[in-house]
Amino acid sequence: MFIKTKNNTKINLSDIPVLKIGELREEIIKENKRPVAFFGKDWGNGRVRLFVVLDNAPELLVSSALFEADEKSYECITNAIPAFHIFEREFYEQFGIKPLNHPWLKPVRLNQDEYEFFEMKGEEVHQVAVGPIHAGVIEPGHFRFMCNGEAVYHLEIMLGYQHRGVEDLMIKSPSNQLAESICGDSVIAYNTAYSQVMEILKDIKVSDKAQLIRKACLEMERAAIHIGDLGAIAGDIAYLMGASVFGATRTLVINTMLEFCGSRFGRGMVTVGGVDYDISEEMISKALKTFEKVEKDVDRMTQTMLKNSTVMSRLEKTGTVSQERAQEAGLVGMAARACGVDLDSRFDFPDKWNEELDIHKKPFHASGDVNSRFKLRYKEIKQSFSIIRKVFEKLSQYKNEPLFVQGGENAKDAFVISIVEGWRGEIVHIAMTDAAGNISRYKIKDPSFNNWYGLALAVRNNGVSDFPLCNKSHNLSYCGNDL
Amino acid sequence: MIILVNLIILLLVPFLMAGVIKKTKAFWGGRKGASIFQPLYDFVKLIKKDFVISRTTSAIFKIAPVIQIASVLFAAMFVPLAYGSTFLNVSAGLIIFAYTLSLGKFASLISAMDTGSSFEGMGASREACFTAIVEPAFFMLIASIMALTGTTTFDSLRNILANAGSYGILIIIFAAVVLFIMILIEGSRVPVDDPATHLELTMIHEVMILDNSGSDLALFSWANGIKMLLLSSLIAFMVIPAGLNEWLSIGLYLLIMFIISVLIGTIESAMARFRMSHVFEFVFVMSSFALVVLSLVVARMFGG
Repeated sequence: MFIKTKNNTKINLSDIPVLKIGELREEIIKENKRPVAFFGKDWGNGRVRLFVVLDNAPELLVSSALFEADEKSYECITNAIPAFHIFEREFYEQFGIKPLNHPWLKPVRLNQDEYEFFEMKGEEVHQVAVGPIHAGVIEPGHFRFMCNGEAVYHLEIMLGYQHRGVEDLMIKSPSNQLAESICGDSVIAYNTAYSQVMEILKDIKVSDKAQLIRKACLEMERAAIHIGDLGAIAGDIAYLMGASVFGATRTLVINTMLEFCGSRFGRGMVTVGGVDYDISEEMISKALKTFEKVEKDVDRMTQTMLKNSTVMSRLEKTGTVSQERAQEAGLVGMAARACGVDLDSRFDFPDKWNEELDIHKKPFHASGDVNSRFKLRYKEIKQSFSIIRKVFEKLSQYKNEPLFVQGGENAKDAFVISIVEGWRGEIVHIAMTDAAGNISRYKIKDPSFNNWYGLALAVRNNGVSDFPLCNKSHNLSYCGNDL
Repeated sequence: MIILVNLIILLLVPFLMAGVIKKTKAFWGGRKGASIFQPLYDFVKLIKKDFVISRTTSAIFKIAPVIQIASVLFAAMFVPLAYGSTFLNVSAGLIIFAYTLSLGKFASLISAMDTGSSFEGMGASREACFTAIVEPAFFMLIASIMALTGTTTFDSLRNILANAGSYGILIIIFAAVVLFIMILIEGSRVPVDDPATHLELTMIHEVMILDNSGSDLALFSWANGIKMLLLSSLIAFMVIPAGLNEWLSIGLYLLIMFIISVLIGTIESAMARFRMSHVFEFVFVMSSFALVVLSLVVARMFGG
């Protein structure tokens, strides 16, 4: 029993089926779909209601189960559909309801000290532990390698060292400023997801102009971060030229964003009801000129790197994740596409613009290694710029539309899902309101939540010195996971 | 006078070489880059600083930087720097030179192990592994040259041309390649190591001195610079003809140091670092070039 809904659509809480967990489990296994969200909500009197959202593109399937106060365990779903592993771990950690026979009930964000890491025994095996405090200016995360000499047998990643309580803050004081601070490299994507959720709750119809500006900014964010990551990959293999050129071109893109909205990372651009800044024709023509140069530089540098044998010997066959494993582990977004798992919410849950702007999915020949992630980034940069050009062209038709539409009160007893494809992958925001229209649960899922395990898989049987390269090619978010 | 010039060279040129390498990298990267004196300023800054010592370390950790710098400076006594003159010109100088350097390396290896950090142990194991391959190659090279010239002092390097005639040029070219690869390995440069990285897991030399700070760190970086200088000096010594005017000779020497630095900087800009498992193959390239030198010498001595 599932209710069918769509991305950016409101459903009434009362329309969501309430099953027994046993029934729900069977239904989920019967559907055999990828989980988009799987989370609990305190349902009063010690009861917990578990909500499930499955990917049935272009639709979403929603259902739920109610745990009575004395129900503290259930048979896990992970053994049937492995992609649930991280969701069930999170659910257990947040609500104390134990998924029985879960293969690896490791903490997600809490009690790291009590957890016993996997250990291999043997004279040659040695452990290398890195973090949670790192040498560079990066976020906290603990990595523990089981190595035999230079070869990594197993990597365990422990996160959750930042306790920001974002989901609770979202209930207490939801704001655009908070939403765009959740993950600093996906400002536009996060803020768009939040704004869309609130707009649906408030029944705001965002103008076409604002929608297009959001779209352009989202693609600019994607292009900028991807270019930066190409540079970071080059830096990690000590290929100086790549690091310098990509670093400089990325700056051109984010400086264009600065001209649009006063922030290089797009803070303050998107707001509930529309956007806060208009993009004038003058800005557009200047941006187009900049992007032309950026594209040319990216083209040239990428080709140079792909032709350099020392570079290719580092990228090829490093950190390979097979399509099968990626699917099983439930990877999403760019990391999944690089393994041949075709997930892109821009096309899986399309809005009207795909058709109007004639945007199509481009095939990608994936091999799952660092090389594949490198090439995919390059391809997505190209595609982003082509989308931006189309959006800018279309924008002139909507000159007189408002940037911003005022909304009313929140809908009552509603359940809203908004999925935005950030540069890492699907960013899922789900909000529920109570009878008074206040937000009673706000669930956020960053693509990194799924993908960290993919990184652990990528490192297996690689050299320990290749870990930074595998890591950089994924470039996952710590704060998006820690929330 | 020459002694004084040599001392100044030992003190200054290692840092200037590091500065030139960085400047070259900046040039290829389209940046302005720091002044070529920056490594020297850094050294002065570090030497004035206090150091922090981890509680897990023992006396080995404290004494290692001193052993390292002392052994490198002692090795420098045998090497002809400017105008091809040495402090100590003794027989078997080449052999003493090689093993004194090894002593310093041994000190830095056990110092790294002494910290008890898994990173540093990893770095020490990598470094030890390279040394085990580099050493035979280096000895194959110098033993061939010593056999050719019949002396065991450093002068044998200069006498290659005199002893080998037309073969000499080939021998010098191949010997220079061997020494240049050795500079890249011993100086921890790209494509063997990446001196600019902050990623502990990929480091070799840098990771071994992670726990060292202040003046200890300064001594290690100076020692590393001198090592590169000494190996570069061997190349210079083979190339600069004997009996030149003193100042011309010093100028030529500095020019060669400059060229080597620019070459290293250019290599670092133009290529990526090797995968760790390929680095060992690269080190074996050095052995194969040393074998070429050996066979050239054999051909010259016995074949005509």
